[in-house]
Amino acid sequence: MSDTETLHTITLVVNGAEHRVTVPARRLLSDALRHDLGLTGTHVGCEHGVCGCCTVTVDGLPIRSCLTFAVAVEGSEVRTVEGLAGPDGELHPVQEAFSECHALQCGFCTPGFLMSAAALLDGDPDPSDDDITEAMAGNLCRCTGYVNISKAIRRAGELAKEDGS
Amino acid sequence: MTTAMFGEPVRRREDERLIRGAGTYVDDLGSDALAVAFVRSPHAHARIVDVDVTDALDVPGLVAIYTHEDLPERIAEPLPLLIPHPDLTEPRTQYALARTHVHHDGEAVVMVVAEDRYAAEDAVGRIVVSYEVLPAVVGLGAAARGDVVVHEDMSDNVAAHAVQSVGDARARIAAAPRRLEFDLEMERSTSSPLEGRGVHATWDERDRLLTVHSSTQSPTSVRFAIANILGMPDQQVEVIAPDVGGGFGVKIMHPWPEEILVPWAARTWGRPVKFVDDRREHFLAANHERGQVHHVDVGFDEQGRILGLEVTFDHDHGAYIPYGLILPIITSTQLPGPYRLPDYRVEFRSLYTTTMTCTPYRGAGRPQGVFTMERTIDKIAAELGLDRATVRERNLIRPDEFPHDLGLTFQDGRPAIYDSGDFPELLRRLRDLIGWDDFETERAAAEAEGRRIGIGLGMYVEGTGVGPYEGGHVRVETTGRVQVATGLSSQGQGHETVFAQIVADELGVPFDTVDVVTGDTRRFQYAVGTFASRAAVMSGNAIALAAREARAKALRIAAEALEANPDDLDIVDGVVSVKGTPTRSIPLTQVAVLSNPLRYSFSKEAQAATQFSIPTSQDEPPVPSGEEPGLEGTGFYSPVRSTFASGAHAAVVETDPETAEIKVLRYAVLHDCGRIINPMILEGQIHGGVAQGIAGALYERMAYDEHGQLTNASFMDFLMPYVTEVPEPEIDHIETPSPLNPLGIKGAGEAGVIPVSATIASAIEDAEGFPIDRMPISPDELWALRRAAGTDRRPSGKLLAGR
Repeated sequence: MSDTETLHTITLVVNGAEHRVTVPARRLLSDALRHDLGLTGTHVGCEHGVCGCCTVTVDGLPIRSCLTFAVAVEGSEVRTVEGLAGPDGELHPVQEAFSECHALQCGFCTPGFLMSAAALLDGDPDPSDDDITEAMAGNLCRCTGYVNISKAIRRAGELAKEDGS
Repeated sequence: MTTAMFGEPVRRREDERLIRGAGTYVDDLGSDALAVAFVRSPHAHARIVDVDVTDALDVPGLVAIYTHEDLPERIAEPLPLLIPHPDLTEPRTQYALARTHVHHDGEAVVMVVAEDRYAAEDAVGRIVVSYEVLPAVVGLGAAARGDVVVHEDMSDNVAAHAVQSVGDARARIAAAPRRLEFDLEMERSTSSPLEGRGVHATWDERDRLLTVHSSTQSPTSVRFAIANILGMPDQQVEVIAPDVGGGFGVKIMHPWPEEILVPWAARTWGRPVKFVDDRREHFLAANHERGQVHHVDVGFDEQGRILGLEVTFDHDHGAYIPYGLILPIITSTQLPGPYRLPDYRVEFRSLYTTTMTCTPYRGAGRPQGVFTMERTIDKIAAELGLDRATVRERNLIRPDEFPHDLGLTFQDGRPAIYDSGDFPELLRRLRDLIGWDDFETERAAAEAEGRRIGIGLGMYVEGTGVGPYEGGHVRVETTGRVQVATGLSSQGQGHETVFAQIVADELGVPFDTVDVVTGDTRRFQYAVGTFASRAAVMSGNAIALAAREARAKALRIAAEALEANPDDLDIVDGVVSVKGTPTRSIPLTQVAVLSNPLRYSFSKEAQAATQFSIPTSQDEPPVPSGEEPGLEGTGFYSPVRSTFASGAHAAVVETDPETAEIKVLRYAVLHDCGRIINPMILEGQIHGGVAQGIAGALYERMAYDEHGQLTNASFMDFLMPYVTEVPEPEIDHIETPSPLNPLGIKGAGEAGVIPVSATIASAIEDAEGFPIDRMPISPDELWALRRAAGTDRRPSGKLLAGR
């Protein structure tokens, strides 16, 4: 940052907690989460909005945190992978299903997939296979060939229903 | 009771931290670290005329700017030649920062250290490097012509020329009833892990300890390189591969310039320093692979039996050749695959170009060799009007022909001898799985709908588990926790899980009590690395041997305590007991206490090992001769040679009659990696490998233009498949245990990718009716081939009827 760069003190609401941070306008949301708040579960895979590793939800919708300035989400509810599990640490159904179905290998893309999947299932707990493919079509994985990721999201839907019943 | 863990689809213990976002990748470290960024060459080939940093000096947060002339003597030398070879007569490796010339687009010229990455990149943007641009050398044609030479001190672009031969291929080809000659080509691709390269270093002045975290496939080798180049004792350098976000080969390359420069900067400044590449510089400056052009000359009989095969190929290793000749040697020696080739000659040249350096990418030279062998068989079948599977069957090595000596020298410098396998069974089951014999019915039904489909297949043999060795350490703590360490690192293969499965069985302890650490020199100092589908074979067996040593020791100590014969004891669920008399037992926790005679107790349980408690003979030392304190074992596994896995793939593809879009409808995999440790993890490896193979066959390439500019250095332009492009493979296994290692296992990590380009090409050729001799293939290329073959105007009334 340069000496003349204007700093902005903003409030970020992340996983239900308020954080006051002072950042330049160009600070990416991904960098603010990772560096300023220490929430390193959100990963940066390409910094040009294609790989989806950095996906978080803002007001419930999945977005690329590497293409979003931190100052732009002031006042919004940001949710990251660290906020998926329950307050007692109980895994979210998508987390449970990803492990059960071996839907991750190196784990680097996983937080992005989990956030995309959680957003999908929050909106529609019983998605069709085409819905799942569509919802995952913005996230790259180099390890799994996606087979078990699709399975895991179907399984997460089942788990969510079991939890809800 | 203890359930056998080996062979079970045990859930991965890595997952817990990774699904919570609590993994630790390099970039998750060092929020306080100085950041490094590089000025990289925008030219493929140029002389550096001047570096002007004036404008960057005012950037707030700037710490330092380095060019080659600022580097101390040892760091200023070219980086190591990792694998020398007598045939590699002109090796050139890069400087950590370019000295006088750059030889590829993206080569590092200036290093900037700043308070954070934003500041570092601000400074990078203000540094002006002047170049005298030189002509680029792109592609094997230009490299072979040699009218432009990549390295100033060479007269051509040939780094190496090598020949291997068994029998007398030329004479057999000349005498054969039938003969074919043709050219084949495979283009470059790249590993593209979602996490790129990264290195973080801290220097502790008080302890005089350099701690380096690197996203590497070989932390022990990185450690030796850093210590050597920085002129430090090995023991002052620790290298840890934390969670690594995928490797696929690219991270076996080491030391990267950054793996030397970042630790050096950390020691120089006494502060943590970090470099993490961005995606563009990963495309430009992390290694590629695959580019080869093959010429094939084959003689065969009327039944399709190959009588002699001669392959001559050029290998594009890019700007430098740090990894030696491993890739073309693997291509040369894995090309024969499952087929009997008593008369085979292979000759290659390894050529410099002004493009990124090539080192192994999952498959590592095998996809090219398999492409050539499988295309050759398909061409023989076409020439003779025979079924492609039948021609394969007639050439297969039979199950009673093992061990089968190829008569060639493999990548480990040892003879390539297949240890076990059943290739006819692979082919038979593949035909069933894909529906080979009924395909004409399927084709006719598709044609009736105006759809064009084709079927193809490909077989391969993969040398896995190359030496020289790996080691493992198993330690039973007095709490009952079992601590396991091995030196090689993990990039998502589930090593923590499968190694714990092995130890649970070998030692007789619950799986949940076993903790595994990989890739940390603080825990295990001697290792080679994770590559060549070797981790399960090498570290798996080493850890098994270590566990057996710990078990034998436990039985000796327990036998003493129980006044029994060690041979009469068994360990189940962490309790040693006399077989048939379970009441005569002692828990391993207590055995661990007794294994370490104490003067000073540290707990109630440990009092049993103190000098007035322990019942030993007064004539023997407390630690018996030949024993050491502690319930632990160390094992090293060093195989005499590689073990060979094998497999067969088949695909059904559909090609759009109008747009030439290529779609994989079905994909079948038959796989043999010997005994399976964890079928869930194995299938995951195959899924990922097949996806990467399909990516390489249909979507991905490194699009260098004639000036050596990489024009697709982003995920917008390099078409890594999403979920929308990858089919679910149908998978079946056979198990022919390896006789070479104690666990009978063979490697599996690369298998999925190896025959995919060959298989897809075979299927497209079947759909289209003309040869597919170059991969990858895009719709526009297929469309151009149709035009060249005159099939683009095929009467389409029938084909379009269903649209």
